[in-house]
Formats: sequence, C-alpha cells, structure tokens
Amino acid sequence: MHLEDLQRITEEHHAAEAGLKHVLYVCSGTACQSSRSDEVVKALQAELKARGLEATCEVRQGGCQGLCARGPMAALDQGKVVYQHLTPEDAPTVVETLDSQPPDHLQLPSTMPFFTRQVRIATQIAGLLDPNELNSYIAAGGYQALLDALSNKTSNEVLQEIVRSNLRGRGGAGYPTGLKWSTVAKAPQTPKYVVVNGDEGDPGAFMDRSLMEDYPFRVLEGMTLAAYAVGASYGYIYVRAEYPLAVKRLQSAIKQAQKQNLLGSNIAGTTFSFNVEIRLGAGAFVCGEETALIASIEGGRGTPRPRPPYPAESGLWGKPTLINNVETMANIVPIIQNGGEWFAEIGTEKSKGTKVFALSGRINNTGLIEVPMGITLREIIFEIGGGIPDGKRFKAVQTGGPSGGCIPEQYLDMPVDYESLASIGSIMGSGGMIVMDETSCMVDVAKYFMEFSMAESCGKCVPCRVGTAQMYDLLCKISEGRATLDDLVLLESLCDMVKHTSLCGLGQAAPNPVVSTLRYFRDEYLAHITEKRCAAGVCQIKHEPLEVHS
Amino acid sequence: MSRVVTLKINGQDVSGREDESILDVARENGIEIPTLCQLDGLSNVGACRLCLVEIVGVSRLLPACVTRVAEGMEVNTESERLLRYRRMIVEMLFSEGNHVCPVCISNGHCELQDTAIALQINHIGMPYRFPVRQVDASHARYGLDPNRCILCTRCVRVCDEIEGAHTWDIMGRGIASQLVTDLATPWGESETCTSCGKCVQICPTGALFIKGKSVGEMTKRPDFLPYLAMMRNRKNGS
Repeated sequence: MHLEDLQRITEEHHAAEAGLKHVLYVCSGTACQSSRSDEVVKALQAELKARGLEATCEVRQGGCQGLCARGPMAALDQGKVVYQHLTPEDAPTVVETLDSQPPDHLQLPSTMPFFTRQVRIATQIAGLLDPNELNSYIAAGGYQALLDALSNKTSNEVLQEIVRSNLRGRGGAGYPTGLKWSTVAKAPQTPKYVVVNGDEGDPGAFMDRSLMEDYPFRVLEGMTLAAYAVGASYGYIYVRAEYPLAVKRLQSAIKQAQKQNLLGSNIAGTTFSFNVEIRLGAGAFVCGEETALIASIEGGRGTPRPRPPYPAESGLWGKPTLINNVETMANIVPIIQNGGEWFAEIGTEKSKGTKVFALSGRINNTGLIEVPMGITLREIIFEIGGGIPDGKRFKAVQTGGPSGGCIPEQYLDMPVDYESLASIGSIMGSGGMIVMDETSCMVDVAKYFMEFSMAESCGKCVPCRVGTAQMYDLLCKISEGRATLDDLVLLESLCDMVKHTSLCGLGQAAPNPVVSTLRYFRDEYLAHITEKRCAAGVCQIKHEPLEVHS
Repeated sequence: MSRVVTLKINGQDVSGREDESILDVARENGIEIPTLCQLDGLSNVGACRLCLVEIVGVSRLLPACVTRVAEGMEVNTESERLLRYRRMIVEMLFSEGNHVCPVCISNGHCELQDTAIALQINHIGMPYRFPVRQVDASHARYGLDPNRCILCTRCVRVCDEIEGAHTWDIMGRGIASQLVTDLATPWGESETCTSCGKCVQICPTGALFIKGKSVGEMTKRPDFLPYLAMMRNRKNGS
C-alpha cells in the first residue's frame, strides 16, 4: 500500500458513493446494540429491498453518534438528518421520508447544543464511517498521515510534532505525551514496545470502548505512528474482556491492516516494521495501572511494582515501553495531519486539545461528548448535557471515577482542565462524569466508590489492602447511623495515610472520593453521625430500639 | 562498574555504591529502618511500606528497599509523619488478621511483634476485622496458620527464587488475598513442595511453623538466605 493506492481507494469509494442517493449509518456501538440497533439495520434493509431501492440507498452499520440516551441513533447523508429512538417498526416511515422530512419524534434537531457545542478531534467522524471496513476509513482520509510520515518525515520529526502539540495523556494523570515518547525514543535498549491501554474500568466511563469500537483503524494508525516515532517494533493493545465488540473490531482491523501491509514487515515498502497483538484483561481494575498492566501482559499476576524505574526505561520484559491510553492514540493522527501548533491552539494554557467525556447519572443527554479543554462544567452539564431530568436540583458531579472527587455547584463555572480539577480535589481522570442530583447521598456515593476500590485493590501493599477495607467499614458505620465523631477523625487520618503510603495510583487515589465529599458535604456526614439522619433518604439508618418504660 | 556516591541520611554523611538501595546504605551505617517484606537474598517488592522515607526535593514518600542512592541525595528516615504512618501500617496488620501473641508459637521471636514494640505501639487504633481463616495442618512436618499471615510474600519469593519450586502464591485480591499452595490445594497434597522448609524459616511471624512447637518455642533462622543467594548469583555469573 502506497500513497497512490490510498488515492485510488478514496476515488473508487467516492465514485461508488456518488451512485447512491442516500447512505444511512445506524449506530452499532454496544449501547445502541443493546437497544436493538442490529434489528433496526435489518428491518431498514428489508424495507429498502421491498421497495426496490437497494441500488440507490444503503443502510450500514456505523459508529457512535454520542447521544446514547436517544438510541438507537442513525445519521443520514453525513449527518444531514439525525434519527433517534429507532425501532424495527419505524423502518417503513424512515424509508418513506428519506427524501422529505422525517416525523419529529424520530428526528433530532441539528441545532441542538449537544451537537453544535462539541469539537470533535479524537472522535472526528467516528459516527459516519463503517468501523468494520478499512476502505471506509481510508476514504475518510485514513492512513494518509502514516504513509506520508513514513516516506517524508524522520521519526524525530513525528516526535517533535507531538511535543509541540503539548498533548497530555488522556488516561487520567495528564503526563505530557511528547515527553513520554522522547524518553522511550532515547532509551538505549532494544527492542522497544508500544502498549495501548484499553483497560477502561472506571464506573461510568466508556470513552475508550467507543473509540475502539467505532474507530479501530484510527487507534491502530496512531499506534503505528507512535512506534515509528519511538523506534518500537512490536505493540500490544490491552483490552478488557468485558468489551467483546471492541475486541472483535480491533481484531478485524489488525487483520485488514496486515493484509494491506499497513502493519507487519516493511510497512508500505519502507524499512519500518511493526506488528500488533491484542491482550485481554481478565477483569482486574488495577491492570489499568501501567506496571500492573505490564505484569499482566507478561503473563503474571496483575500487581503493580514500585516506580521508578518507569516503563519508558524498563517496561515489558525489562525493555523500554511506551504506554498510552486509547484516547491519546486517537489524537495522534489529527496532530500529525494538522501539525502540533494547530492542536496547541485549542484548549487552555496547560491543557491542550479536546477531551472526550462520558456523561452519565442524573442528566438528560446521557452519552459521549468531545469538548475543548477549558469549557465550564456548567456548559457541559446544562447546555450539552441538557440539564437534570424531572426538574430536580443539581448537587454534584463526580469526575475521575474511584480516583476522582465530587465537585459541588459552586465550581460549575470553573474551566475544565487538568490543573483546575486537581485544585478542587478531583482529577480529570479518564473522562467519566457522573451527575448527581438531590436524591443522591454523598456518604453513600463515597461508600460506593470505596467499596469499588476495596474490591479492586490487588492486595499487595498494606495501606491499600487494609486501609480501603477499614475506610469502607467506617463509611458503612456512618451511613447506618452507628458512627461517632471519633470514627470521622479515624476516617480522615486513614485517608491521609493511605494516600501517601500506597504503592500505586489505585491506593494513592482511593481516598479521593471520601476527601472531596468531606470537603464539600461535611454537613451530610455530620447529619448521619449526630442526628442519625440521611437528608436524601438513601441510607438505611438503623435506629436504636426505643426503651419501653413500664 | 557502579560509581560511588555520597549522600546524607538523617543529616549524617554516608557513602554508597550507585546500585545500592537507601536501605542497604542506612543499615551499613547503623541507621535502622523497619521492614517486614524485605529480606536480604530475595527480590524486593516494596509492599509493606514500612521503609518509606522522605527525600528532599521529592514530593512522594519512597520505599528505601527499592530506591537507589544518588549523589547529593538527602534522606530523612525519622520524621514525626513517617513514624505516624509506620505505626498505622503495623496497626493495620494487627487489625487485619487474628494476631493473639500470648498463644502464638512465635511469641517473643516474631518480627511483627518486634516492629510493634520498636514503634512503641501499645494499642490498635482501628477496629479488628476478625476474619475467619482455616489452619492448614495437612503437611507432615509444617503448618500454616493464615490468621498470623501478613502477606509479606517472603515465602512466595523464597520458594520461587531460591528453591525454584513456586509452591506458594497469592490467591484473590484486596482484603480477600490469601496464601495458597499450588492451585489452592492443601499443603500436604502439594505436588511441587519439596518440604525444604525455607518458607518456614523466613516467615516473619508464626504463620508458617514447624509442627510440635508450643507457645513461644518457634524460633526462625533466616540467616541461610544471603549465603544461598550469593552462591546462586555466582553460579549465574552475576
């Protein structure tokens, strides 16, 4: 495959498309599939056939349109019309109105802030191509960046582009990607490895799943560019086994790319060789931590080890290893295509580009969004997210999963970036945003996340293994109305100790949900302890039996 | 060849080789840093977190057992905060299992007990968890009482790295982690165990013991380990 071949495939694809009057992409992501999008595709195809329109109109499986709450969704003719809540029974109506205006209940207005306020870079046109087809990706400009880089740029030029973009790791901690790449590139040992971390495990996070399902070639191309830049020869994509569709699509993508010589030996006739393999996680959250992930790929028990040495110096089998999150890799291609400066113009001073967030919880527009860094939480939740359902009052938004914190109303107008979120006791995290209204009890929320951390602690180091269990027990005591103020003191000292003494990020961040809720909702803790009262009515307070005087 | 560096530990000027850990250099100079999972001759895992130290210019606390010394480094091993954390770690270990010293075969010869005494712990500030754990007495000569186990994984490492049998391993995760032989079969039925007894000798508590000992009678002799490790390294040419 050479640049000319890409040109040819693109022209052929466009010529074939030109003969079609309508192309309808129905979302085939996990969320829409669970609300029968497969059957919708079949019903629509049958309907077209019945009307003899199959030569001029096509219905295809596409990627995520973002608004999961309104699924199954579909996009007609590059998003001219966006459909919502499709059922197989709607097929006749949809086909009938292809040339005219579909009924309002099936259509979403394109002027919705949900669509207009987004800036899509990582998810660019993920919804408007067939994730199973390499040619569909190539026709949309795919693999131009890689083949151009391989024949016209040195590996250092590719690397410098990423450095200039100021891209930061999208996995949560926000480590500068360019710095990580150059550390691996400078490491003297060979072979080197590139690992893509797709072990997305935070409750309420599904950004990486969607990218792997809808944009597998984009992830692969980014990964190959990364390998070229750092001089790696082999790569692993670590995907959790709970994402079967993502695994299937990635496998198919790897096979197709290998067949077209976009992966493998002497890619596109150059001296650069790179191959990729998928490794499945077995359900341990801690394997998202990079050193535990390495242990897991090596075939060992998924437990972290102390850093330094960092994987960039000594990673997989002791060799220099570049580990990046899926979303980070999805940002590589547009940066190489448009230049690092272009990317660095978007966002805030220290956080560049866009971030994909997964909105869930008590919010109208549950789904996936991509917004520029520096947007306020209020814009995300009330404009793009459509606000809180049932006229309830906003209480807090949880970012960063079990490692993050709860952000109260007073910070809604703060611009979102790595530093600002950290300054108010939360983290950017991988991008999960759980919105809570007045029906949520913050003690219960803290208890939920602590239970998660306790269950997912690997058990290697004492503070995390015992500390999370002790903190969970204390939170249970508080939520059941059995706690005293002394318990609160102990809880706070445990939070401090576990944070500073745990071996890896899981333990170091496990107290965050407690610390942040204590910081902003201390009165709720006190109400549980002193008044034995849960204002939200969530906690089951066990009252002492009344003494009966005879 | 490793370079020689000079550094400060608790204000005291010391020297070390670049490939030595802070713990090595501290011990050579008579500075005590408590440890429970570390043992000379075994690989270091940095799991017990007792040897955490402060290093000037580093925001995080780092485990002395796996952190290499560097030129000009300033280490502090004895701050009020470190002592507080160390006490809490030991209290956590006591609260996690069922440690009843007066009836323990290792009473008086127990590293956990010694560490608690050295840290002047006179009570446990968090609730005991009282887990239900079964004793494994199926082996002919040795026994395992998981109630006294602190999951330091010394036995796992000595069995894997020195004896080469890898009979021991950890099963489960988090607070439910437990020590198992083979694939969680009773010790006595293990097909890999060579009954060498190294695990018993290096166990810091009374969790692994020789049958027939009574309260306070079980003394451990881990001194064989550095010699064996040295001979093995020499054979491997490193």
